[in-house]
Amino acid sequence: MSKAIESKLANSNLSRRNFLKVASGTVAATSVGAGFPFIASAKNKRVVVVGGGVGGMIVAKYIAKGDSSVTVTVVEAKPDHHTCFMSNEVLGGGRDISTIKFGYGKLSDHGIKLVQDTVTMIDAEAHKVVTAGGTTLEFDRCVVSPGISLKFGAIDGYSEEAAEMMPHSWNAGKQTALLRKQLESMEDGGLVVITSPGNPFRCPPGPYERAAQIAHHLKHHKPKSKLLILDAKDKFSKQGLFMQGYKDVYGEMIEWVAGADTGGGVKRVDTKAMTISTDFDDYKVAVGNIIPPQQAAKIAHDSDLVDDTGWCPVDLGTFESKKHKDVHIIGDASIATGMPKSGYAASTQAKACAAAVVSLLQGKEAPVTSYANACYSLISPDYGISVVAVYKLAEDRSTIEKLAGGLTPMDATAEARKREVQYAYSWFNNMTAEMFG
Amino acid sequence: MFIHRILATLIVSVVGISFVSPAAADGASAEMLSNTCLGCHGPGGISAGPATPTISGMSELYIIGAMLAYKYDNDEDKVDAVIEADAELVEDLEFFARTSTVMNRIAKGYSDAEIKTIAKHFSALPFEAAEQNLDAGQAKAGAKLHEAHCEKCHEDGGSLADDDAGVLAGQWVPYLQYTMADYVSGDRDMPKKMKKKMEEAHAASGDEAIRDLIQFYANQK
Repeated sequence: MSKAIESKLANSNLSRRNFLKVASGTVAATSVGAGFPFIASAKNKRVVVVGGGVGGMIVAKYIAKGDSSVTVTVVEAKPDHHTCFMSNEVLGGGRDISTIKFGYGKLSDHGIKLVQDTVTMIDAEAHKVVTAGGTTLEFDRCVVSPGISLKFGAIDGYSEEAAEMMPHSWNAGKQTALLRKQLESMEDGGLVVITSPGNPFRCPPGPYERAAQIAHHLKHHKPKSKLLILDAKDKFSKQGLFMQGYKDVYGEMIEWVAGADTGGGVKRVDTKAMTISTDFDDYKVAVGNIIPPQQAAKIAHDSDLVDDTGWCPVDLGTFESKKHKDVHIIGDASIATGMPKSGYAASTQAKACAAAVVSLLQGKEAPVTSYANACYSLISPDYGISVVAVYKLAEDRSTIEKLAGGLTPMDATAEARKREVQYAYSWFNNMTAEMFG
Repeated sequence: MFIHRILATLIVSVVGISFVSPAAADGASAEMLSNTCLGCHGPGGISAGPATPTISGMSELYIIGAMLAYKYDNDEDKVDAVIEADAELVEDLEFFARTSTVMNRIAKGYSDAEIKTIAKHFSALPFEAAEQNLDAGQAKAGAKLHEAHCEKCHEDGGSLADDDAGVLAGQWVPYLQYTMADYVSGDRDMPKKMKKKMEEAHAASGDEAIRDLIQFYANQK
């Protein structure tokens, strides 16, 4: 080997072993983008993405963008997607449900294939994804972004069927429309109860934004009504801001009952009698919104990707499963220690994971990562609050470390709160552009 | 023949490597850092609105100035210390205080070097005008006001990044409204020259001046 080439290699990312692999043609040459297609081996670069929500759509896009020689296929059961974000505004009446509905039509513009089906098994050993419809998809890397499943059994009397009477609306779409309809039909003076589960669960501020949005509807249409939040926990996300906002905007309409006073949350519901019970009290409700405890989606359990917490342990830089190689899990289903289970967090995890997958498929080391969270809650149409953070991977990879961030100040001006609502709408438009555009 | 194939692969792969611009030895790449911004600022840094601004195509200095003001909470001494210690900034960058809702919290998550990296990244991406419903009459009045009071520093209808005065042409109306309101209230700093010109425009055309100017800028394609 000539001295010139030796020294170039010494300065490159390519290790000696990888170089030898390249020279003998067993691994695709390292190339950024579509530099040398006659070297790149598309057979070694098949990615299957399970789930067409925030994580899945963004990881698919960014892998396709990062290396056009990678074949990316998204498998999603539903023909379209209703975002959870802004679904609370649908419940509050300020937004039509059609505005949170999105289709998958633009995936092909990015060279991404779509299979509309339910995944029944991710076989990590065989590198195959199997669907209910009988399709088998081989992969070199699989990224799973399946979201959550609801532990109906954790609440006595609650089930998929019971959710038709007392919706959870913790997956958007039909359940959102159902809960909205119940709120519209409710008589003035009724009691609305929201039950909020113990940690961890999808979207920590979600139940509390929902309370504000429902109160917005009640304030303007059923002002004699009351809203109770029955919590399993003793504190919650953005609590100071929410409690202040509830008082500022809704007076005494919303009452929050802490875990200490509910005995650790709601234990029992009776959807025939329309009652919700804690260890201490029974509540007769006009509308009951049950947000049960959660875990990773069923497919993660069925594919042996979870640990005994019911969530998926992953490397925090690449999101590769700690249990099975070549399978990555991002978003709510993953144990992304240090980050909240939020949509924005899922989007930056997806981008980091995409960069890792692209590099790993090219035979390179995964890159240094950066993450962020930005989370808006709308207390009313002109009162918004937020929490944001910037993160990096800790040296020992045990956690995703917060570098900076914080909440809206308690003494933010009315103008600032108005702007936060408009920025929240911008967040929504830009996140969905990233996902579906 | 086999040797030739190995050599060809070798040469191609080595040449490929030299085309790769590596990230800083132990830091995240420009893309990695900047991609985390896009959930709010839009794919490619082009915002879908209504209020978060498009940040692609702004000048490097403009973005650095904004991020430093956010990071150091408008502490002029702290920002000046950063500028004075940096050969690339000291001749060209001036401190201007800015208001923000989330950006002052976010900017603190980045080192000054990372801020420069991010600014360089977005400045190299193309700016795209927002699609907005605009008032042609107001925009026409705004064009005259721009010509009379603003064109000197905001050349070409406020569309050039190089004047380091931000790209106004085609930016989102609500964002322009917020920035103008902040200038008028004094919550946001402007160059002395700009204050003079704003006062001139207000004296000439009253409260509608700002509304018309915003419509003019937003109406640029």
